Amino acid sequence: MIAHSVFFYIFSLIAIVSAVMVTVSKNTVHSVFFLILDFISISCLFIMIGAEFLGMIMLIVYVGAVAVLFLFVVMMLNVAEQKGQWFSSRWDGGTHIPVGLLVSLIIFFELIIVIGGWKYKPDLLNSLSINISTEVTNTRSIGNVLYTDYILLFQISGIILLVAMIGAIVLTYRERAGVKRQSYVKQISRERDEGVDLVDVEKNKGVKIDA
Amino acid sequence: MDSYFSILFTEVYKILFLLVPVLVSVAMIVWLDRRVWAFVQKRRGPNVVGPFGLFQSLADALKYIFKEIIIPASSNKLVFVLAPVVTMTLALISWAVIPFGEDFVLADINVGILYLFAVSSLGVYGIIMGGWASNSKYPFLGAIRSAAQMVSYEVSIGVIIINVLLCVGSLNLSDIVVAQQNLWFVIPLFPMFVIFFISALAETNRPPFDLPEAEAELVAGYQTEYSGMMYAMFWLGEYANILLMCAMGSILFLGGWLSPIDIFPFNAIPGPFWLIFKILFLFILFALVKATVPRYRYDQLMKLGWKIFLPFSLFYVVLTSSFLLYFDLLPGK
Repeated sequence: MIAHSVFFYIFSLIAIVSAVMVTVSKNTVHSVFFLILDFISISCLFIMIGAEFLGMIMLIVYVGAVAVLFLFVVMMLNVAEQKGQWFSSRWDGGTHIPVGLLVSLIIFFELIIVIGGWKYKPDLLNSLSINISTEVTNTRSIGNVLYTDYILLFQISGIILLVAMIGAIVLTYRERAGVKRQSYVKQISRERDEGVDLVDVEKNKGVKIDA
Repeated sequence: MDSYFSILFTEVYKILFLLVPVLVSVAMIVWLDRRVWAFVQKRRGPNVVGPFGLFQSLADALKYIFKEIIIPASSNKLVFVLAPVVTMTLALISWAVIPFGEDFVLADINVGILYLFAVSSLGVYGIIMGGWASNSKYPFLGAIRSAAQMVSYEVSIGVIIINVLLCVGSLNLSDIVVAQQNLWFVIPLFPMFVIFFISALAETNRPPFDLPEAEAELVAGYQTEYSGMMYAMFWLGEYANILLMCAMGSILFLGGWLSPIDIFPFNAIPGPFWLIFKILFLFILFALVKATVPRYRYDQLMKLGWKIFLPFSLFYVVLTSSFLLYFDLLPGK
């Protein structure tokens, strides 16, 4: 158990330090890298309590997909320029900072509510009325409850995600004029008659070709 | 305290026993790749160093070791150095769960296939970090291309894995191989095998999908600013990833360590050799594709991933699950 607790403290330390570094570090790309480190150490903690399925899904979804897109967006933004706009002396009293303050205030009070109601129960495992079987893998046991008892919630969350996805596409999609798209069908079904025209050219006159 | 150390030593010994052959075979596989490529183009390929040029990769590695490592002045130094390390570490740690035979696996974990998938989805970070930290235009464009490409093709690989898992009923890699005792999954899931193979090409940035390092447009993509041993580490990681994808393909579709037919001369050959034969077979296919197919355009690549592979493999999930349900073949009952 000594090795177990040593690893637990190492991973929790990394998780907390990198969570702080996400907000502290000046470079936005570094923040995202620390966020990734945070996700990885949290998934290590999941694996350590035996929830290997959750740990792996955490890695695949958050680190493998979400954080890549974060990084993708952050690398494209010119952050240095934006910082100048926000905090320079000729800042025109924009609308960003009040909104940001409001959101962070709400999150702060929510955190107080959550932490205030938090009880530490060291003997939780013994006091549970459900008996936890060690024979069934946790992938199977999650599946057993997720697709039977909680099927409605599962499908509702799926629909919410679908709506969010369609919303994002609708918001950002715009028809652009003058884009040349390749159509395989059109290319393949072109016949000789449409493409080639035989013209008798008169001497010293040439021929006028127009499409 | 004594038992801790004995466990540690046996584990380290096992890990070295796995990693040294993997690294040596990565060097050999580069030679094989170049030989196959040369064979298709009616050239000789590397044939000078050692018998048949076998030691060419070792000579190249020696050359890289003695070259100077140049770190660009305006680069982000820490991230720049970390990028090749990340690439190579991620390429090597995934070998821990590959089963080479019955009970011949370093870590026989319950969620083996998810682990492989997770680690291969982390592989993109080495490339993004390298491209961003170089602080130069070509590497950055290469990194952006690579991020979009790998995320897109991971989606279709994930759906293909679901197809296989429907037929197995377990996430353990040994269970996946054992489930193919009677019928390799390449036969009922042949279209999925083809899509997996093409997605693996895109996932490992192999031609015809090597847009992140397209030399005609981006010099060498994310590797442009790297030199010496750091470049060699990118290159080793890339080939270790290719081998890993071949191993994943042979475990998911070609029956892993199982022999093709269970009769005498075939089943006398030990399992690890069968797995190695299958990996080599898939790798030679990879090399032949590299030698014969021209590079894709970027919009074609995205169209192929999102508009053709993803809908088709989703359709195949529905097909597989309805087939299994109708004929009452679902595993895990």
